[in-house]
Amino acid sequence: MSQFVYLYRSTNEASRAAMGSPEQLQKSMQAWMAWMKRLADQGHIKDQGHPLERTGKLVKGTQRTITDGPYAESKDVIGGYTLIEAKDLAEAAELSKGCPILEGGGVVEVRPVLQTGM
Amino acid sequence: MTELHEHLFRREAGRLVATLTRIFGVENLALAEDVVQDAFCRALEVWPFRGVPDNPSAWLMATAKHRALDVLRRERTARTLAPELARALEPAEPLFTEDAIRDDQLRMMLSCCHPGLSEAAQVALMLHILCGFSVDEVAGAFVSTHAGVEKRLSRAKHVLAQSQRLFEIADPADFAARLPAVQRALYLLFNEGYHGASPEAAVRAELCREALRLTGLLLEHSVATTPATYALAALMCLHAARLPARLDAAGHLSVLAEQDRSRWDPELMAEGQRLLELSASGPELSEYHLEAAIAAVHASAPRLEDTNWAHIVWLYDTLLAVRPSPVVALNRAIAVAQRDGPERGLEAIAAIADRKRLDGYPFYHAALGELELRRGKNDAARRHFGAALALARNAMERQFLEQRMEACDAGKADLAWHPGPSCR
Repeated sequence: MSQFVYLYRSTNEASRAAMGSPEQLQKSMQAWMAWMKRLADQGHIKDQGHPLERTGKLVKGTQRTITDGPYAESKDVIGGYTLIEAKDLAEAAELSKGCPILEGGGVVEVRPVLQTGM
Repeated sequence: MTELHEHLFRREAGRLVATLTRIFGVENLALAEDVVQDAFCRALEVWPFRGVPDNPSAWLMATAKHRALDVLRRERTARTLAPELARALEPAEPLFTEDAIRDDQLRMMLSCCHPGLSEAAQVALMLHILCGFSVDEVAGAFVSTHAGVEKRLSRAKHVLAQSQRLFEIADPADFAARLPAVQRALYLLFNEGYHGASPEAAVRAELCREALRLTGLLLEHSVATTPATYALAALMCLHAARLPARLDAAGHLSVLAEQDRSRWDPELMAEGQRLLELSASGPELSEYHLEAAIAAVHASAPRLEDTNWAHIVWLYDTLLAVRPSPVVALNRAIAVAQRDGPERGLEAIAAIADRKRLDGYPFYHAALGELELRRGKNDAARRHFGAALALARNAMERQFLEQRMEACDAGKADLAWHPGPSCR
């Protein structure tokens, strides 16, 4: 088994628009819970991960300039991450297809964790 | 892990918006709605990772509260909000107690029934603000367009914002004066669910459920628990009890005569009876008392043929005196037909003074068809059902009426229907 990180990416606008009415939110929430549970039941979740604030600071360059970040308006922002176990990258990508963020115009970035020390 | 309660966000939307509107002021309703939206966004970001909190309601209220404080701090330096308002919010806890939130919902309910708004606008506004229905969901419930509902809601919100403050519930005289409008709006909401135009049975069931829930909020306040409120709640329970049997196993509209009475909900029946008894605590005899009593007579008959039609006719006569309406008169005529035969029923229909107003109501033509069929006039019956079919509002009604037309060809009359709440 290898490890992968799912990075959940979407724009603020898209995630707000996708939320819709309270009843639609109810459905999205149920979909997220069901998807996470399915992955966990199948033993694919190494670490459920965390949600991330959509704002923060960017520290840059030799001057250590601190600016508000992470990104300019309307770009993808990482809203959270999960550590996954899967056979290979193909399986990890396949598993991510069930992620509800895709319904709302978001993206799942699937990144293999670099294997070291071999 | 805590389960996600059904319709959690709809219920919470109403609570949160009502409370935040009290804090921000009614002219800042849009801001309150924004803050709620933010809190919901936050839930969608956090709960998938951490699970549903033990007390989701408290979690959402706390999140909204923090967001509201942020907004107030920012706005205080700006302009829109009075400085004393922001100060008042600093020790925020007493503003968010369960009692306060309950009162806020009541204030909002009364505010939505502003006399400057049509009944239809009042109902739409309640559904939108207190029940968390989006514009599209309200449009779906009333079979109107997105643009039409949006216009109606924005106008209604404008009227609400101009009223300066939420309705003050502390003054018993003001309260008593506004309460009938609230009862009426809740009645109309329930009625839309019971036999409204939406083709989706699930949508209509939701409207009935929301009407029951909001009426339940009224019952939690001693000022609102008048005999008429009890009667309104009773009539909703007694009708809602029959909802499971209104559709047969194949999902077809099933008339009272054909309903499997074992599928009536015994708990709602009992609750309806209990509320009806509570409603009899004074001399007041509202239209809701009479409609609840009619529903109770139906409910107490184990079989259709056990129905006390004479009593029902008497109740309709009294109802007509309280609230004259051609639909009530039509229902009375149907009860007369059950008691005295189809000829007497047709005479009663012919005697309805403003019968013209029923022309656009499909079940008026269906009633004529049914009574003609019962006295063997199959061709006339068929014509009436044809007229009803042309007016049918959804596939379920169409299918039902097509079946009745087939029954005309077979010369088979078996219908005795009672269409539920009477006033449209």
